[in-house]
Amino acid sequence: MSGEAAAMAIPPHPASDPARPLVEVRGVVKHFDLGGHFLQRERPTVKAINDVSLTVRRGEAFCLVGESGCGKSTLARIVMGLLTPTAGEIHFDGTRIDGLRHKARMPFHRRMQMIFQNPYASLNPRRTVQQTLEEPLRFHSPALSDAEVKAKVEQVMVSVGNDPSWGNRYPHEFSGGQRQRISIARALMVDPDFVVADEPISALDVSIQAQVLNVMMDTREKLDLTYLFITHDLSVVRHFGTRVGVMYLGTVCELADTATLFENPRHPYTRILLSAIPRVSTEEMQPPGLPGEVPSAMNLPSGCVFHDRCPLANARCSAEVPKPLPQADGTLVACHAVEEGRETPGG
Amino acid sequence: MALLDVHDLVVEFPTRHGTLTALNGISFAVDKGERLGIVGESGAGKSVAAFAVLNLLTRPGRIAGGSIVFEGRDLTTLSRAQMRGVRGNRISMIFQDPMMTLNPVLTIGTQMVETLKAHRDISDAEAKRIAIQRLGEVKIPSPDKRMASYPHELSGGMRQRVVIAIALLTEPSLIVADEPTTALDVTIQAEIMSLMLALCKSHGVGLILITHDLAVVSQVTQRVVVLYAGRVVESGRTDRVVHNPVHPYTRGLLAALPGEGEPGARLNQIRGNMPSLNAIPSGCPFNPRCDHVLDDCRAALPPLDDLDGHLVRCIRARELMTGRAA
Repeated sequence: MSGEAAAMAIPPHPASDPARPLVEVRGVVKHFDLGGHFLQRERPTVKAINDVSLTVRRGEAFCLVGESGCGKSTLARIVMGLLTPTAGEIHFDGTRIDGLRHKARMPFHRRMQMIFQNPYASLNPRRTVQQTLEEPLRFHSPALSDAEVKAKVEQVMVSVGNDPSWGNRYPHEFSGGQRQRISIARALMVDPDFVVADEPISALDVSIQAQVLNVMMDTREKLDLTYLFITHDLSVVRHFGTRVGVMYLGTVCELADTATLFENPRHPYTRILLSAIPRVSTEEMQPPGLPGEVPSAMNLPSGCVFHDRCPLANARCSAEVPKPLPQADGTLVACHAVEEGRETPGG
Repeated sequence: MALLDVHDLVVEFPTRHGTLTALNGISFAVDKGERLGIVGESGAGKSVAAFAVLNLLTRPGRIAGGSIVFEGRDLTTLSRAQMRGVRGNRISMIFQDPMMTLNPVLTIGTQMVETLKAHRDISDAEAKRIAIQRLGEVKIPSPDKRMASYPHELSGGMRQRVVIAIALLTEPSLIVADEPTTALDVTIQAEIMSLMLALCKSHGVGLILITHDLAVVSQVTQRVVVLYAGRVVESGRTDRVVHNPVHPYTRGLLAALPGEGEPGARLNQIRGNMPSLNAIPSGCPFNPRCDHVLDDCRAALPPLDDLDGHLVRCIRARELMTGRAA
C-alpha cells in the first residue's frame, strides 16, 4: 500500500478552524515546591513561570529564547502536558487541554509531538530504528496493517532525508545528526499539527546543526507544521523563527516578529542579549554591560524581575510589575522604561 | 623565537582494533603574547592537541612523533617532575567544565594559596594577598569574602572566573583554554571572553583558544588553525581566514552558521559526517564531503600549500582563492 494511503488512515481533526490560533497559553504560572520543614512559615518554592501568556498561530515557527533558568523548557513541558501548571490555562485548537484526563487527552497527544535536546538519551538504545518509529503509529492507529505501517515509516524516513534501509539498525550506530533526524522522524510518524522542539540542535556540531535545521524548515513547509522552538541561540532564532518570545526569569519580556525583534529590539534585556551574540567579525569581543547575575527564582526581585540589572531602571521598576503592552507594530514589551519613553529604542 | 613551537606532532591511541592516529603531523606556533585559535568539530583532534601540549594525554594515548618546544625546551623530552614545573606554572589551562579544575571540598582561597605555594617560595599571607588581587582582576565582587566560599556556592560564570584567576596566579606565559565558554550562556560568554582577552593583553600572556565556534575565534584571536580529521587544513591570520576562507571545509563551516545568511533560506550544509579515526579516507581526508573534489584528491594527501602566509591543504587552493573553481 502506498504511503499516502497510510497517511489517510489518520483523519484530521474535524473541528479545526484555520483562523483560530493553534496554541494559546493564558496566564500560566508554575511554582515548584521544594518541601522544606513543616514548621517553616514560608516554604521554599521555585517560581519558574510567572504569569506568561502567548499565542502560537498555525504554520508559525514560534521561538522561545532565553538563558539558562529562564523557564523556557518548563513552559514547553507545560504546553505538552508533561508538567501541570500551578495556575493558568493551555488551549489547543480551541480546547482547554491542561487538566484533561488521560483518555480525553489522547487525541491531542497525537497532534502534539516533541523533539528533545539530546538524541543520545531520547532514543531507546535497545530498539531498532524501525521499532522506535513504528511504536507511536501502532499506538495511535491500531487498525493499520503491517504493510501500511511499514509504508508510513519509509515515507517519513525519506521526508527527513534518512535512508529507509536504516530501519534494522540501532541508535548507537548513528552519529548525533543522524539520530536527531531519527527523533524528528519519530515525532512526524503520527502526522502531528504541532511540534515542540527543545534545543534540538544544541548538542550538535555546526555543520550538522545546519542539516537538522534544514530538515526542520523543509518539513514545516511540506507538512504544514507549527513549531514551538526552544533555544538559547539567537542566531538560530533569526534564521528559523517567524515570531519570538524573549524570556527572563519566568516572564516574557518581549514578544515580536523575528525580523522586527532583530531590527528594533525594545526591551533592555533583549538589546543586551542581541549585542552578546558572537559574530564572525574582526571587532574584538566586548563585555555586554549586564551587571551581576540572574537572581534566584526562589527569591524573585520585586517589581520588574530585571530591574536590579537594568541600565534604565528607576523606583517604579522596583515596585510595580510591568505588563506586556502592545507597541505600534504589534510587538509586546513588558517594560516601564519603554512605556514612558525614558530612552528611545536604539538610542 | 616563538614562545611555543609545535612541529609535526603525531598522537596515537593504540586500541584493540589497531592504532588510531588522532593527530597526524600538525604544526603551529604561538608568539609571546599572541592569541591563537584552534578550530574544529568533534573528533577533529583539537582537544587532543591541547592535552598533548600539556603532556596530559590519558593512556594509552601517546606522542608518537614531533616536537613541542616551549621557551626553548622540548616538552616531549621532559621528565614528569620537570613537566610539573612547567604545567600550571609557565603554562596554565582552563577547561570547559570549571569543576574539572576546582576541588569541590576545598575553599577557593585554599586552592589558590596551595597553587601559589606549590610553585613559589612565599608565605601564606603573601599568597593570600596575590590570590585576592587576582580575584579582583577577574571582577569577582568582594574577593576577600569569596576566598572562604566553596565552588558549589558560585554560579557557572563565577566558577569560570575563579578558574581564570587561578590560571593567572603564577604569571604564566601561555594559557591553554579548551572550550572555556561553551557551557555558558551568551551574555556570560561575552563577559568571560572579553575578560580573558583584556587579561591576556594586560599581562602579555599567550593564549591557545580551542573551540568549535568560529565567531568567538574571530573576535578573540589573531591567528587560527583549522583542524579536520587530525590534520591542519587551513591556518593563517584570523581576519584572512574568516573573511577569505580558501579550504572547502572552512568555507563550509562558515557558510553553515545561521545568522550570517538570509533568514529562512536553506543553510549551507556540509554533507555527510566527520570520519571516525579508524576510517579516515585516503588522499585528502575531506574528499567524500567536498563539492570541489577531483580524482587527484582521492589519490594523495595534498601538501599544506603556503599562499603568502595563509596555509591551505587543498590541491585547488589557488583556483579557489581566485574564485576560478566551479
